[in-house]
Amino acid sequence: MSLELHNTERELYNFQTRIGVAGAVVMAAFFILFVRFFYLQVVQHDYYQTKAEDNRISVVPITPNRGNIFDRNGIVMARNYSAYTLEIAPGKVSDIERIVTELATVIEIRPSDRNRFRRLMIEAKGADTLPIRTRLTDEEVARFAANRYRFPGVEIRARLFRQYPYAELASHALGYIGRINSGDLGWITEHALDSNYKGTDHIGKTGIEQSYETELHGITGYEQVEVDAGGRGVRTLSRTAPTSGNNLVLTLDVELQKVVETAFGDRRGALVAIEPATGGVLAFVSKPGFDPNLFVDGIDPTNWDALNSSLDRPLNNRAQNGIYPPGSTFKPFMALAALESGKRTPTQAIFDPGHFDFGGRRFRDDKVGGHGMVDMYKSIVVSCDTYYYTLANDMGIDILSRFIGQFGLGSRTGIDIKGESPGVLPSQEWKMKRFRRPDQQKWYPGETISVGIGQGYNSYTPLQLAQAIATLANNGVMYKPHLVKFVENVNTGERRVVEPEPIKTIPLKPENIEFIKRAMAGVNIEGTGARAFAGAQYTSAGKTGTAQVIAIKAGEKYNESKTAERHRDHALFIAFAPVESPKIALAVLVENAGFGAAAAAPIARLVLDYYLLGKKPAKPAAIDERAADGD
Amino acid sequence: MVINNLLRHIAEPIDRTMLSVVTALVLLGFVTLYSASYENPGRVAAQVGNLAFAFTVMLTVAQISPQLLMRLAPPVYLLGLLLLVGVALFGDVRNGARRWLSLGITSIQPSEIMKIAMPLMLAWYFQKREAVLKIYDYGIAAIILLIPTLLIARQPDLGTALLVSAAGFYVIFLAGLSWKVLIGLGISGLASLPLLWGMLHDYQRKRILTLIDPSEDPLGSGYHIIQATIAVGSGGFAGKGWLQGTQAHLEFIPERSTDFIFAVFSEEFGLIGNIVLLTLYLALIARGLMMAANAPTFFARLLSGSIILTFFTYAFVNMGMVSGILPVVGVPLPLVSYGGTALVTLFFGLGILMSVHKHRKLVQT
Repeated sequence: MSLELHNTERELYNFQTRIGVAGAVVMAAFFILFVRFFYLQVVQHDYYQTKAEDNRISVVPITPNRGNIFDRNGIVMARNYSAYTLEIAPGKVSDIERIVTELATVIEIRPSDRNRFRRLMIEAKGADTLPIRTRLTDEEVARFAANRYRFPGVEIRARLFRQYPYAELASHALGYIGRINSGDLGWITEHALDSNYKGTDHIGKTGIEQSYETELHGITGYEQVEVDAGGRGVRTLSRTAPTSGNNLVLTLDVELQKVVETAFGDRRGALVAIEPATGGVLAFVSKPGFDPNLFVDGIDPTNWDALNSSLDRPLNNRAQNGIYPPGSTFKPFMALAALESGKRTPTQAIFDPGHFDFGGRRFRDDKVGGHGMVDMYKSIVVSCDTYYYTLANDMGIDILSRFIGQFGLGSRTGIDIKGESPGVLPSQEWKMKRFRRPDQQKWYPGETISVGIGQGYNSYTPLQLAQAIATLANNGVMYKPHLVKFVENVNTGERRVVEPEPIKTIPLKPENIEFIKRAMAGVNIEGTGARAFAGAQYTSAGKTGTAQVIAIKAGEKYNESKTAERHRDHALFIAFAPVESPKIALAVLVENAGFGAAAAAPIARLVLDYYLLGKKPAKPAAIDERAADGD
Repeated sequence: MVINNLLRHIAEPIDRTMLSVVTALVLLGFVTLYSASYENPGRVAAQVGNLAFAFTVMLTVAQISPQLLMRLAPPVYLLGLLLLVGVALFGDVRNGARRWLSLGITSIQPSEIMKIAMPLMLAWYFQKREAVLKIYDYGIAAIILLIPTLLIARQPDLGTALLVSAAGFYVIFLAGLSWKVLIGLGISGLASLPLLWGMLHDYQRKRILTLIDPSEDPLGSGYHIIQATIAVGSGGFAGKGWLQGTQAHLEFIPERSTDFIFAVFSEEFGLIGNIVLLTLYLALIARGLMMAANAPTFFARLLSGSIILTFFTYAFVNMGMVSGILPVVGVPLPLVSYGGTALVTLFFGLGILMSVHKHRKLVQT
């Protein structure tokens, strides 16, 4: 009995020991929990607090309105309008083709919409949503809303769209906006604009839309929204309003631009008109143009292929990227070079037998039999080649290129559109750099002779020619050409004027300038431009030019009727008016149109008539067939 | 008079200390549940119903004498075992696991029965062998423990298997399994971890892996741990305030009224709240251990000791899992989580504790 009792007591003792151990384990376990809680809630509290806030608060960007673009008279050239789009979130839809097919039963989706959407899928990777249809009608919005439950990941959004009311007009100057692609993202990151472009889908791709992107875009606003785990907004916590982009007021004159584009008709070419005293660009035309509206929602492949494969290359900005030999429009600058360098005096005359022979090669004048005795005035008025063959030969390439270079020919003008071509001002150094083989690198004196009449290696953009003639009209004071007159803050109305930027003053003797101006005025009174400017109610100075497209063998004469259309010469004309106090200077080039006097000068006449007199042409400029010999 | 007497008789076994701690915990549970189930207000009312039923169960069980409980132990265990076999053969599959057995009018989860049946059976066995306890008795106990545990584990229901095996283990431990064997078991347990790893289901392995590095799968199985840890951590020292938990109210915490309710509590009441909760649990466990230590028979001691330690296991595993130091297993926070089944089981256990406590003097004399 006592043994049993003893056993029971021992047993109880053992049990209570075990209970004690268990109690200690419980204490230890709870202590571990306490340490863990202390670590999470005190030591790491800030970290988890931030995490919880990140969970809770979603920052939603509010896209600012893009600035509008106006012409110099306040006429809208680019604006925004609100419209509904049907958008698909690619990340939330597994089978996009299937959902698009299903959507097509509710809302009309054209094959072009599908193609454009596929293109966007490739280009705009990483976008939250992409539009399958834009500009929905109210009825379509209602129809989709009723069927919305069938389409998770598809939504209707009100968005601002860019619109260019004048479509093709000035399309190369304005450029266009398009959806941000990987290249644009690179630009955005490079300029540290990532946060400002959250919520922005579009960006300027070309023209002013591109070069003034930072002005037009505005500052993105933010809304702090409390969201639940499903990402649904619960309430707005704070809001920072966006700041609209600045408006741009251009130096361009829409009406003038219209006159030019009407005057061109279906012909290809370019015209740049500049206000000589400021460098403000009054007209900036490259024909044919394109409709920038097509690019805004992402261009569909059909239109894109049409624009790209057209032989007329409508996307090519001929005004600043087309490079052409200046032809005889080069002569006034050559003559000025002769005067300034002392290689010729105005009265010094040569006899023109109709050709100039050099090194066993015959350089022909346009006029068979020649112009007879020719002084400098006559050489410009009748555009005598022989005079400039001899002049170039006497002057040599070094003096020539150094002088001509002062007028900006062969270097970028610095206009406020990106991607300008530099052109080519031939010189010994240029040739050394351009060619590899030593025999090609050498400059041959015969080459100077072709350069002297604006042919040979010469090739400049119409913009450079316009800048050169504007500088001449402005007595050697050169301004940087620019398209934007002032930038306007939408909120404050404050206007920031783009000041005319004088690049330099070319040291020229006033009497020499006066002489060249007088000779160019003579062109329009009694010379190659006279027929085009017959009866003009203002004084004007001009120079015709014809640029060879294919090289004509020495001793052969160019025959327009025999040459295939695309191999025909380009017609050129440079002008400014009025002669005494020039308000406008321009360069016009018509591709494959033959003689400058016949095809280019009449366009210049219409432009000057409108700008100086307000006369509007009803139809394209006529081609003056009888002026055909008057280069 | 008669009714009064009856009431006094019913209330007699109720331990005041334990009841007040339980009441405090239950109240905290309601307060938290109200916040956690704001989008589903019916849950509070439903939980009141659950509580009323569970409390009735406790009162009823508290009337049963330990002798009767002992007699019931083998049949209840065998019934539970049969039902588990039944589940394995004819059970309904819900959410990918075979846990429920359809009994025509209602469905039951036999594994839940095992949480009580297991300590009952083992305590009964050790009581029977009390005087002649040999080392092989522990082997038999291990078999009694392992058969249902394995059946439950392969349903699969890791959380319940853990609780059932823990309940059984506590009995064996308290029955005096020698320290040498315990240490040996521990070592061989560690050594057999790789083997055990091979037996786990893919989702169970994933849970353990995500515990080690939740960021590896932040939207998948790591999501629970990450969001719960954020909730606890962002609660800070004093908490965000009742009904102010952003993690809870913006639905970042999954299962926030059931297994993860502690994340809601911890976010809204902070470290202070956690200390209060730990203290209450500790008080309850301490009271339970005391009751066990003073229990009159070997059976009663083992049973009540195991029950209160199982209660501890619930609390520790749940809080450990929510705060990210234990893998995610389906174990509720005792007396706080929403859900009737767990509540009934827990109160059943408390009822046993009270019955044992009430009958301590009767046997001793």
